[in-house]
Amino acid sequence: MTGTGKLIRLILRRDRFLLPLWVLVIGLLPSAYISSFEGLFPTDPERLQYAQVSADNAGFVALYGLLHGDSFAVLTNWRSGFVPVMIGLFALLTVVRHTRTDEEAGRTELIGATVVGRQAQLAAALLTTAVAGLVLGLVTFAVMAGPSGSVSGSLAFGAEFAASAWIFAAVAAITTQLTSSARTARSIAIVALGAAYALRVGGDISALGDGNLSWLSWVSPLGWVTHIFPYGAVNWWPVVLAVLFSAAATGVAVVLLGRRDLGAGLLAARLGRATAAPSLRSPLALAWRLHRGLMIGWTVGLALLGLIFGGVGGSVVDLAKDNKSLTDIFARLGGSTQLVDSYFAGTAGMVGLIAACYAVQATLRLRDEEQTGHAEAILATAASRYAWAGSHLLFSLIGPALALFAEGLVAGLVYPGGDLADILAGTMLQLPAVWVLAAVAVLLFGLLPRWSLVAWAAPAICLLVLLVGETLQLDQRLLDVSPFTHVPRLPGGEVTMTPLVTLTLLAMLLTAAGLGGLRRRNIPD
Amino acid sequence: MTEAIDAEGLIKRFGKVTALDGLDLTVRTGEVHGFLGPNGAGKTTTIRILLGLMRHDGGRARLLGGDPWAEATKLHRRLAYVPGDVTLWPSLTGGEVIDLLGRLRGGLDPKRRAELLERFELDPRKNGRTYSKGNRQKVALIAALASDVELLILDEPTSGLDPLMEEVFREVILQEKRRGDRTVLLSSHILAEVEALCDRLTIIRDGRAVETGTLADLRHLTRTTIQAELAGPPDGLATLAGVHDLRTENGRVHFDVDTDALEPALRTLVQVGVRSLVSQPPSLEELFLRQYQRVGSDR
Repeated sequence: MTGTGKLIRLILRRDRFLLPLWVLVIGLLPSAYISSFEGLFPTDPERLQYAQVSADNAGFVALYGLLHGDSFAVLTNWRSGFVPVMIGLFALLTVVRHTRTDEEAGRTELIGATVVGRQAQLAAALLTTAVAGLVLGLVTFAVMAGPSGSVSGSLAFGAEFAASAWIFAAVAAITTQLTSSARTARSIAIVALGAAYALRVGGDISALGDGNLSWLSWVSPLGWVTHIFPYGAVNWWPVVLAVLFSAAATGVAVVLLGRRDLGAGLLAARLGRATAAPSLRSPLALAWRLHRGLMIGWTVGLALLGLIFGGVGGSVVDLAKDNKSLTDIFARLGGSTQLVDSYFAGTAGMVGLIAACYAVQATLRLRDEEQTGHAEAILATAASRYAWAGSHLLFSLIGPALALFAEGLVAGLVYPGGDLADILAGTMLQLPAVWVLAAVAVLLFGLLPRWSLVAWAAPAICLLVLLVGETLQLDQRLLDVSPFTHVPRLPGGEVTMTPLVTLTLLAMLLTAAGLGGLRRRNIPD
Repeated sequence: MTEAIDAEGLIKRFGKVTALDGLDLTVRTGEVHGFLGPNGAGKTTTIRILLGLMRHDGGRARLLGGDPWAEATKLHRRLAYVPGDVTLWPSLTGGEVIDLLGRLRGGLDPKRRAELLERFELDPRKNGRTYSKGNRQKVALIAALASDVELLILDEPTSGLDPLMEEVFREVILQEKRRGDRTVLLSSHILAEVEALCDRLTIIRDGRAVETGTLADLRHLTRTTIQAELAGPPDGLATLAGVHDLRTENGRVHFDVDTDALEPALRTLVQVGVRSLVSQPPSLEELFLRQYQRVGSDR
């Protein structure tokens, strides 16, 4: 553990912008929610009606969790139900970045040769992330204690956020011990986060219906933290559970760390082929080798999401049948099928955004390849820059299409009463918007390569528009920034070609500009 | 065409930093050309320009008779490149990388591939991420040497190899040289390697070629060290052009003299009267150190 303090200072120096940014933005998010709720529902009946409808809406429950109560504070906490996923993601990325990424790059070796203990690096990364989570929780506590009128409730709210960071920091501590590659460590941790989310959704949706599977929420750490209910019953013991889990997972990580060599992973490397298959002879064949794992992973992941969303669709109809007030509301809007329609159209938008993350990730592989020196090796052969970049871009084009298709198909198939063609089409319509986000990444990569990672801001902005846009009643011009705002909503809506064609043309234009820049610039830059 | 590489007055800027400042480099077809210079002198930048990975801001560059930027893809069929810092795809085995790179260049000699694998003692079945630096370098070297190309561009290819493998590398390059139809541009820091392999060499410093020529030409540029016991004081020696670091200790004079000034210097000594004389022949090592050291002292 010697040298942990110095390493913490190093992490704080390297993350001096990023870390305060996410801690503050996420920590302050609940105060934005509560003030927007106060603006939206000035009278009690309006608020109560919103709470009542939301509590039984399976789509909302899937996204935010269960709603027990109707005060502003309860609504704010419930509306923040997706935030633990974001906190978990940031926490695990931070831990992987300061452990395995450094180790893979050889920086750990450099530091390990100085007076630094064997566990110091892991300890520094975990401590920094844990304290960041704690500060985030304190920020939320500070901004909520006043408006909510409940100090203990706000404390529990802050604890919910802090615990989310601790849990997934500890999960990442384990996954970084498993393989020698940072990318694999990150992927395993993100899959764990996704699984936790899926289990939480499954359990909560079941709790809305017959409750047979509601125990699923308790298998998921994300289920624990969203079952604290800070301004209602206030369950403290999920917090205890989260702390115990984090401590245990950290212990496992330390044991694993002690059992492996520097640079190695626990999953041993096997011997492979001595010669290449005859087909491995073009940039495209290489790109397929580099992208196939990602493509299969995302397709399976989105198919599972389709299973959840499609399955939930059934309970939406059941609810509408059983729930008097809900039926009334949607009858006024035009009948119960519209409830299901708007549910599937809404989930299609979310799925589109998730597919866009895949598209950006696949596109940024180009930058990865450039920075690792792989691009130099390929471009010094008879492969042209266009052939190299194009073969990767083919996968950011068709990969998300395949993943979206899998989600739409599965969701349509498992939902008994729906129109498969409409549900599938509603999902596939997201594709032009997905391509626009991929094209933004191409543009940055070609023209401002050192700013390539800024491409992640595009899906982040779209997520923000999706999550807070309507609640905060943002100006339409701000909502229009997200290409997903322009996608026709299906099922239920009317499909117009203009936005689809415009988005596709925009994507083509941005890609062409990016490739033009790539042709002219230095490699590596 | 007698020149495989012909660069004249190359200029390359990165923002405010000038990496190449009028660099000249000529590599004749069929020769092994050493490319030397201290770290940061601009060797890798020059190579990247020759490979069309970067565009020069001024000057002229020809590679195998073509424009390295505009005709990159076409020219790359005829050359193979080993980068200084070889990284492999973590999910591909060494054997797969060798085959892929060879095929992308337009062909690989399977017999030569097998022979090189054996000589370099490389297991091609391992995954990219499990190779050490030296083994990664072997993968890139084998892929380059087994390719059927006219020009090899090697950027410090032995920096990660152990002495035994360095020896194998030397043998292989000498073998290539005997075949006579390949040109090699070899960037290196290792003097013995350059002396053993290169016909001609270019030394660069601060983005400019400071010396170029055959080993014999460069030896000519070096100085002879002389110690002599004289009959009287060494009058006139100090003012002679080409005499450096003159000093007298216990009646013996010590000085370094340029090859051109050797004759007048000796004539002066003879006029004074020589009782004994020791002369040390010029060494390349001394030349390199002098060229390298000037980086700091000149500026």
